[in-house]
Amino acid sequence: MSWDWQFFLQDTGGGETYFHWMMSAWGWTLALSGCALALALATGTVMGIARTTQVRAFVWIGNAWTELFRNIPLIVQLFLWYHVVPQLFPTLQEVPDFVAAVVGLGLFTSARISEQIKAGIQALPRGQRYAGLAVGLTLPQTYRYVLLPMALRIVIPPLTSESMNIIKNSSVAFAVSITELTFFAMQAQEETSRGIEIYLAVTFLYFISALAVNRVAAFIERRMRVPGMIGSAK
Amino acid sequence: MNLSFAFFDWALVQSFILKGFVFSIQLTLVAMVGGIAIGTVLALMRLSGRKWLEIPAAAYVNTLRSIPLVMVILWFFLLIPLFIGRPLGAEVSAIITFTVFEAAYYSEIMRAGIQSVPRGQVAAGYAVGMTYRQCMQLIVLPQAFRNMLPVLLTQTIILFQDTSLVYAIGAYDLLKGFEVAGKNFNRPVEMYLLAAATYFVICFCLSMLVRQLQKKIAIIR
Repeated sequence: MSWDWQFFLQDTGGGETYFHWMMSAWGWTLALSGCALALALATGTVMGIARTTQVRAFVWIGNAWTELFRNIPLIVQLFLWYHVVPQLFPTLQEVPDFVAAVVGLGLFTSARISEQIKAGIQALPRGQRYAGLAVGLTLPQTYRYVLLPMALRIVIPPLTSESMNIIKNSSVAFAVSITELTFFAMQAQEETSRGIEIYLAVTFLYFISALAVNRVAAFIERRMRVPGMIGSAK
Repeated sequence: MNLSFAFFDWALVQSFILKGFVFSIQLTLVAMVGGIAIGTVLALMRLSGRKWLEIPAAAYVNTLRSIPLVMVILWFFLLIPLFIGRPLGAEVSAIITFTVFEAAYYSEIMRAGIQSVPRGQVAAGYAVGMTYRQCMQLIVLPQAFRNMLPVLLTQTIILFQDTSLVYAIGAYDLLKGFEVAGKNFNRPVEMYLLAAATYFVICFCLSMLVRQLQKKIAIIR
């Protein structure tokens, strides 16, 4: 077989080259992953914290949330947000597809993040919570000043791999017509029959995206290190 | 909009969904058995202490783990026909892809399992004159499997969820069954809801079972 990379400079018929299209698809992948990650971190952290409180209702809500979003395949969740929710709530029909994909991917990931956050908080000695409460801090203050500063540092490594997962999982958004990398790969392969070159290029872009996330997370981890505590040996 | 599930009956399940369900289960089981077998070999290669075995195994695992599953499915669907010289059905292609792909994930679990067996036991095995093979077969692997059983099963639940991604190549799985039925009866919204409920019930019950098992197994050690 022979290589042909030149078709990347061909026009797609829409006034741009395949290369341009691929770059914009990469942009969508990164935008989708970034927005979904922000949503996942926010909701996942709240739910993870809720599950470690002693308030029954909070624990129940946190557990239900996690089980719900963890036990349905991502593609089915995306279909729910894309096909089902706008039908059930007609006022949401104007919401762009991109938002549906962000919500789907974000909440799916929030279940995993809530697990990590919960594990991180539970990894702390129980005495820390008691000490906080004993010196007169309220429960929110205990979390804010005693538990979370340590717990969030502990979970940086697992959250790093979740952040890399979210880039990989964003590929499922092809199913709800987001023009991200995988969608581009399928479409361009069909149009040009240059599958191998296209898949190689797309796979490479996924590689460097995940690598970039990994490096950024390593940088954050270094900056956040507390002397004398976990991971600061060196 | 009004939801109506009146059209949903056993005949519908039989003609659209059962076929997909059977395929999803089949895919999960084949990929689990094949994946654990290949994964165990990969784990043993990575722990063998011989560079020429370690490097290819590590490359295999790390490469597959850093590519999105959907892309792996597309890659195999594109490449297998080029190698065997004739087109291959989406279903067969999916079975091969998932076995190869899951092997990378199972191998990481098995590696952790093998490393969880104390070194002294291997030394003891060698000391009483066992070969490498006997040591692994009789001492290390049985314990590794037992220690890792909950994790292996959790990975299998994830695998079952991931089988829905064969959507990318149009294989007829559980999700596809619901989708086709939804199109035929013009009730896509209800069918997607039922699909979500089905996956949820299956995965939730399985993960509860795994949790029970974990409590039982945790007693030893």
